[in-house]
Amino acid sequence: MMTDHTRAIEARDLVKTYPGDVRALDGISLTVQAGTIFGLLGPNGAGKSTTVKVLTTLSRPDSGSALVAGHDVLRQPDRVRRSIGVVGQKAAVDPSATGRENLRLQGQIYGLGGRRLEQRIGELLDQFGLTDAADRIVQTWSGGMQRKLDVAMGLVHRPSVLFLDEPSTGLDPDARATLWQEISRLANQDRLTILLTTHYLDEADRLASRLAIVDRGRIVAEGAPEALKAELRGDAINVVLGSAELAPSAARVLERIEGLGVPTLDGALVSARADDAATTVPVVLSALDAAGVDVAAITVARPSLDDVYLRHTGRAFRATAMEVPA
Amino acid sequence: MTALAQTGYIAGRHLRFFLRQPWFVMMALIQPVIWLLLFGALFKSVTEIPGFASGGSYLDYLVPGVLVMTALFSCGWSGMSIIEDIDRSIVDRFLTTPIHRSAIIAGLNLYELVALLIQAAIIGGLAFVLGAKFEGGILGYGALTLCAMLVGATVAAFSDAMALMLRQRESVIGINTILTLPLTFLSAAFMPLALVPDWIATAAKFNPVNWAVEAGREALTASPDWSMILPRIVALLALTILTTAWATRTFRAYQKSI
Repeated sequence: MMTDHTRAIEARDLVKTYPGDVRALDGISLTVQAGTIFGLLGPNGAGKSTTVKVLTTLSRPDSGSALVAGHDVLRQPDRVRRSIGVVGQKAAVDPSATGRENLRLQGQIYGLGGRRLEQRIGELLDQFGLTDAADRIVQTWSGGMQRKLDVAMGLVHRPSVLFLDEPSTGLDPDARATLWQEISRLANQDRLTILLTTHYLDEADRLASRLAIVDRGRIVAEGAPEALKAELRGDAINVVLGSAELAPSAARVLERIEGLGVPTLDGALVSARADDAATTVPVVLSALDAAGVDVAAITVARPSLDDVYLRHTGRAFRATAMEVPA
Repeated sequence: MTALAQTGYIAGRHLRFFLRQPWFVMMALIQPVIWLLLFGALFKSVTEIPGFASGGSYLDYLVPGVLVMTALFSCGWSGMSIIEDIDRSIVDRFLTTPIHRSAIIAGLNLYELVALLIQAAIIGGLAFVLGAKFEGGILGYGALTLCAMLVGATVAAFSDAMALMLRQRESVIGINTILTLPLTFLSAAFMPLALVPDWIATAAKFNPVNWAVEAGREALTASPDWSMILPRIVALLALTILTTAWATRTFRAYQKSI
């Protein structure tokens, strides 16, 4: 593999099997351009975290190779470790130490010390709005604050590549929003390369400039979120009927309309994809009216990553996408 | 050099944690005191058994046994910190940084030894107040403490290795419980080997706990036989290095399992 400085991460055919013949990675290849946010999207158990473990030198792949920040994860793990920051799924903070002590130990491990380290710690505490709590035991902090500290710890040594494994899992909506802001800022201002895994579609959509959908250890789709959505072509027209009994006759009406895809039924909801929703909606309404089908509401939806996921995996991304932690 | 510095930082982390738990500090300080008083009272009359060679009081006889037993019992729990760190993903965080694997183990065990040093001072001070003579003086007590620390470091490394391989609290507790009592009682900690059954005396010869107790006890006599003490210290040191190296290697087994 050639070293290319515009590529922060380059993985080729990563395979990893766990005892019991579980194929966690089934040939994953991906390239992440320096200074961008790359999202790995998929449900739990798809292989996102295993990919991160391999790229951060925590796990060895059975086969395949990967360069991170220009260093080989198998042959130069120590160089990789010096170049990366890792924020794992759970906040890996020491609850019995203060925030400042957590950051200090992290810096000392990288050989930092003295006034420069203290200055860097102050900077990070400031940046993440943790200065007031800095000298309190982390145990007393909120989950959102602990998560921010966790991210700050991954940044102490100014890494060039940051791995964020499901950063907002378990955070309340407010804490998620501020974390998202901070992540965007890191990529924009600090020119940091970020590899982010998530099972939240909105998170991937919002943060990543490019993303890969992972399913059963493979990448099933890759591209910019907009491009992936555009591939689906067309908007979804959702018709809510007066009652569920009307659905079959409504479906028969929609089937005959030009420029409309095969309708799907779900209770009183009938949906179909339209090449051009703006001109099709009036046609749908008058056709249903003529057939005597009572319509309660009609909506048009732009394709979402949900639809992209469904199309590429054949399964709805229902797992955790709907769940908003309290 | 970096590995040494990192060992210090890790030890500092554990020591700060320890000092912030007043309950832990109390337990660590009180436990050896209880043992010293309890065993001292319980076995007081064994000095009257014919064949009890040691000239001094049972208290003088007992101190090395209690100190080495303290090392076994407190350092055996070392693996629990590792398991807590595994559960909190702190071990994973360390493993993605350039920290030396050996520093994670050595740092934790260094902290255990600092705590043990404080316990040794308390046991020595209390025994002295209660009338122990310590004819070997400070040097003798220092040699005993060193022996106890080497036992402690060995047990701690063993416990760490178990924690990294098994990753379950129950397993570490189980192994700790199964090992520590037999290791203590298959030794001259509380009873001279001349007075115990032959098989125990034979087992004791291969028991590092017994090496430490006998060497430490010899060091406390008026004119210690250093040719008996030094080889035992060397053997204990070798064992410490071996188990620490082994514990460091178990990170590989751990990384394979995640």
